[in-house]
Amino acid sequence: MNNIISTESVSLFYSEFQALKNISIDVLPNTVTALIGPSGCGKSTYLRLFNRMNDLIDNVRITGKVTVDSEDIYQKDVNIVELRRKVGMVFQKPNPFPKSIFENVAYGLRVNGINKLSTLKEKVEISLQQVALWDEVKDKLKKSAFELSGGQQQRLCMARTLAIEPAIILMDEPASALDPISTAKIEQLIFELKTKYTIVIVTHNLQQAGRVSDYTAFFYLGELIEKGETKELFINPKNLKTQNYITGRFG
Amino acid sequence: MNHLEIEINQLKASIIEMWHLVISQINKSQLAIQGSDNNLLHEIRVNEKMVDTYELKIDKDCENIIALFNPVAVDLRFVLSVLKINYNLERIGDYANGISKLISDLDSQFSNDLLKNCNVIEMYDTCMELLIDTLASFEFENKELTKTVFGKDKKLNKINKDATQKIAEYIINTPSEVKMAMNTLSIIRKLERVGDHIQNIAEEVIFFMEAKVLKHAKNLKK
Repeated sequence: MNNIISTESVSLFYSEFQALKNISIDVLPNTVTALIGPSGCGKSTYLRLFNRMNDLIDNVRITGKVTVDSEDIYQKDVNIVELRRKVGMVFQKPNPFPKSIFENVAYGLRVNGINKLSTLKEKVEISLQQVALWDEVKDKLKKSAFELSGGQQQRLCMARTLAIEPAIILMDEPASALDPISTAKIEQLIFELKTKYTIVIVTHNLQQAGRVSDYTAFFYLGELIEKGETKELFINPKNLKTQNYITGRFG
Repeated sequence: MNHLEIEINQLKASIIEMWHLVISQINKSQLAIQGSDNNLLHEIRVNEKMVDTYELKIDKDCENIIALFNPVAVDLRFVLSVLKINYNLERIGDYANGISKLISDLDSQFSNDLLKNCNVIEMYDTCMELLIDTLASFEFENKELTKTVFGKDKKLNKINKDATQKIAEYIINTPSEVKMAMNTLSIIRKLERVGDHIQNIAEEVIFFMEAKVLKHAKNLKK
């Protein structure tokens, strides 16, 4: 099976500071890969490589090669809007737009030129059903997204991401601000979504990484220390630094 | 030391205490069969309750650590190993208790010739050596010492295999001591099972230290 995401010796600098050091990782389609590591280790920076979110930061310099669907996404002629349609992202804090529930999900579709109401309705419903939110909001689609609970807002954001049918979903601590029930719903969604999407998730919750991911990569001080099957990494990590981190003996 | 490490260390201390108790149970049954002290049989029966209490406590401690601390990697392997070592030690304790009943069931003392001819004392010595070595390998995380344990139970298996013939001959030659002969055979069977449980324990010690699963390795290769 071909990799859907691949990085070859990628380094990233914020001015003089090297945040990522020669990272090479391959991600298979329809898998969940968790990125773990202490704060400041580079995992979120690494995640943001795949939709070129780091481009928004001043004085960032990247070396090495990042490919998505076999395309080098750091070539000059890459269409970033098209890339971000293919690579969706869900953030730590739910960030619905100040619009109705319906318009939040329809937003990406409209940006991509889809304005026919029947198509929008169909895709909004499918997206909301995918995130198991449809039954909770179907009677109040015109209400503001801000009226939803935190967990519902996060699922709404996921529906917004899914509506434009990306191939890859990046998640940056998507459940860290949620209660256990909402977290369980998000985790169940991740489990179900991987049949259609490839997911890369940053999480500080090691148990969550264990529960939801097929592969786990451990970052420390900008380096990739170890990557492997999640079961193997959590039972028998090969590197002592990984073991010390996941068993809480770090530092 | 973090909270989990403290819990793990306490669990380790408990299983080591239980291990020492089980070793002393086997040792007492060896001394009792050689007729050194009748009080030993009573001590074994009293201590059997302590072994059972340890088993319940350690089971509970393992459950609590898994539920409350979500251990991973070496910590998870340690807790899983202790859970299984606990079961195997309790079974060894049961065999010591069973042997004590077989000894007290006999009105007379066991014949030294019978014990010698059937290599019963040699079985005891082997069991004691293996129990002490597995304990040391677990306590000090000594992989090499653990590996020396594997295969040593073959000696116990051989003695057990040869025992039926020897006991049959003994009964033919000494028909008045049939009960003693049958009890000796039962004791040999129990000591052979003790050897099997020690092998299981050694496999768990290796799993804890190296994450290698040795259980059924031979059978699965065939």
